[in-house]
Amino acid sequence: MSAVDYTQELSVIEGKPALRELDDLISKPLETKPDKKFYIALSITLSMLALFVIGLGLTFYYGIGTWGNNTPVGWGFGIVNFVFWVGIGHAGTLISAILFLFRQKWRTGIARFAEGMTIFAVMTAAIFPLIHTGRPWLAGYLFPYPNQHSVWVNFMSPLLWDVFAVSTYFTVSLIFWYVGLIPDLATLRERTSNKIKKIIYSIFSLGWRFSNRHWQHYEMVYLILAGFATPLVLSVHTIVSFDFAVSIMPGWHTTIFPPYFVAGAVFSGFAMVQNVLIFIRKIFNYEKIITIDTLEKMNKIILVTGSMVGYAYAMEFFIAWYSGIQAEQFTFINRAFGPYAWAYWIMVSCNVLSPQLFWFKKIRRSIPVMFVIAVLVNIGMWFERFVIVVTSLSRDYLPSSWGHFTPTIVDYMILIGSFGFFFTWILLFTKALPVVSIAEVKAVVEGSQPSHHNIE
Amino acid sequence: MKEKILYGYAGIFNTADDVIKAAKKVKSNGYEKFDVHTPYPVHGMPKAMSLKPSKLGYFALIFGLTGALSALLLTYWISAYDYPLVIGGKPFFSFPAYIPVIFEVTVLSASIATVITMLFIFFKFPNNAHPLNDTDYMKKVSSDKYGIVILASDEKFEESSVEQFFKSVNASEIFPIYFDIEELNANPKILEPKFLLFLLLAGIITSGATYFTLNKLLYMVPFNWMMEQPKLNPQQKSSIFSDGFGMRMPVEGTVARNYLPYAYKNQPEEAEKYLVNPLPVNKSILELGQKKYDIYCSPCHGYYGEGDSRLRGQFPNPPSLHSEKVRTWPDGRIFHVITEGQNIMPSYSTQLTVDERWAIIHYIRALQRSLNAKETDLK
Repeated sequence: MSAVDYTQELSVIEGKPALRELDDLISKPLETKPDKKFYIALSITLSMLALFVIGLGLTFYYGIGTWGNNTPVGWGFGIVNFVFWVGIGHAGTLISAILFLFRQKWRTGIARFAEGMTIFAVMTAAIFPLIHTGRPWLAGYLFPYPNQHSVWVNFMSPLLWDVFAVSTYFTVSLIFWYVGLIPDLATLRERTSNKIKKIIYSIFSLGWRFSNRHWQHYEMVYLILAGFATPLVLSVHTIVSFDFAVSIMPGWHTTIFPPYFVAGAVFSGFAMVQNVLIFIRKIFNYEKIITIDTLEKMNKIILVTGSMVGYAYAMEFFIAWYSGIQAEQFTFINRAFGPYAWAYWIMVSCNVLSPQLFWFKKIRRSIPVMFVIAVLVNIGMWFERFVIVVTSLSRDYLPSSWGHFTPTIVDYMILIGSFGFFFTWILLFTKALPVVSIAEVKAVVEGSQPSHHNIE
Repeated sequence: MKEKILYGYAGIFNTADDVIKAAKKVKSNGYEKFDVHTPYPVHGMPKAMSLKPSKLGYFALIFGLTGALSALLLTYWISAYDYPLVIGGKPFFSFPAYIPVIFEVTVLSASIATVITMLFIFFKFPNNAHPLNDTDYMKKVSSDKYGIVILASDEKFEESSVEQFFKSVNASEIFPIYFDIEELNANPKILEPKFLLFLLLAGIITSGATYFTLNKLLYMVPFNWMMEQPKLNPQQKSSIFSDGFGMRMPVEGTVARNYLPYAYKNQPEEAEKYLVNPLPVNKSILELGQKKYDIYCSPCHGYYGEGDSRLRGQFPNPPSLHSEKVRTWPDGRIFHVITEGQNIMPSYSTQLTVDERWAIIHYIRALQRSLNAKETDLK
């Protein structure tokens, strides 16, 4: 084993690339024409997106009777997908805001991409509650505005809290992302020789001129936004969990839900970021910016949050037993051994067992293995939401009103299609904007900051 | 060629160490109007430039408090004042339940307002016409060089001394930056035809789209407020049932509410024996009887029960109600005939309620008595 020198902080960027090289490397995808692989990938995601459009068209025309939802399982895939996609978004804000507050420099290489992913994931998620209402074009009624009916919304409803949480989350993430993009857009503006691109970059960089009188305020605002985004991201999945926890369904009405949901969200989000970054660093040659060390750190977070989720599963069982409530106890036994036991055991094996492999350093640093584990984590987290939504609803207090949920083909079309929607945005993003923050990466390259005696 | 107007002198530096040293000296040499440009925030630079700490934090605090207070007032006003509804037995103003909304509004308003304040008030953006934009200097400091500009408007500014100063702090390049004369003289006209055309097009598209959405789109399937629904209306055909009717007959033996089946079907003798007129004889009952008799009975039986039909022979005339037989029938028998019908007379049980039938019977008795009055009646 090689000795590690703990007296000096290791640079998060490998080698010591010249700043100009970083510019070239990060803006290369934007300056070159997309290659064949890109078009193949895009055609796959667009085909999935077409499925989405067809599924939504059928839903709008014939109504949500085309879904497998029934009484008692009124939530079905619509809410499962909503919670899944909102969860995916959480990693982005965690990386960009919480890790920023903790001064984790390794976040710089992945923050921009993760923030972008947050925005696309929240966009995908926001579709689901709207289409689940059956008439999404009337969604304006969800907001409290003075209307001709003289009717106001119910501020006591967790579903309304959701409206506020998700729309705030989307807006703040978008602002955070855009503020981070301004200096990079200015760099691109100076680089480009294309007239149209120059106009677009000029408009969106607002005339940023790298002045240190500006940087000073800019850093302050970035800190403030990170400070706001941190409780915000925790609140969003907390409120999503309130949709369940505030009701009185057995298996939902528990106080562990908010932390359990936030941990699960970060867990699945990191898995998704890690999955996509593995491709991006390979395709765009970002191995030096998004280093194997960064991926290892992400895997550690997946391990931590995965263990938290596993703890929550165990604690749910314990509390069900300890509470002495028969309906609660039945729900959990029903989850593990009832008609949806297959989903429960997929969830446990993917979420609790598979990330435990990350205790081994070799596995944490092996790209193929970590990729497979992260895919499993995403599958497992989707099934977690499925288990929560479907098992509780299908068998609650009154055995005479039990039912069974079977998804229809339209359900599957919309599920697959939501991935198409998400990944189409991701693909377009990689070709339209720098997926790594140029200014932030430059600031953490070795030798880019003045030596200590100069700062004093 | 016109005279160039000097904006300032620029020095380019190759390392962060050089630029931070130089920035300190700019200040100590007494220059006030200067700026440092770096491709990323350099640690310690605000201190080197003796900048005051950013006050944006206070703005964020004010915006956040404003957002929180407005959300609190909004939720209070809506739930406790303008639209008070008891929900789940909770008080109208259930503060704990409003915390999520108040929190989200706080974050939202503080984030948006702080960023807007920074970009548009502190930085006066968008500003692509700044003299430094579109210069070689900007190309360098946006990528891998560090630059300092001392403005010509500074009181101590003198071309030679500034140049000398930059040399003394090891600037790798020193050059003047001029205002872009064209940009200075550019005078954007509002009434330019192109701009007017753009306004016109934007207006037409916006109003057209609004008209289409509100007047056309909302009346198309599936946006038409559920006007078209897969359901059966009364009297419609249906392919679901073998008889092709959408409506169903009630199950055999179904009894409607408030309906008593007739107990003496095809048993006139029993009806005669057991049925007793429950109604008292008084003015309102007789008037009801007369009204119903005139509507349902008189077309055939005649207004006075003499069997003088108004149907002009289209149906055979019924016998007179004043016959010995009818006069001696008990009320129950007449009730049976009205309920079940007799010979050509149909049943009137669907047109006349039980009480109406009994009222008619009282009226018939009155008619019979009027033609066969006894002497005692005259008293």
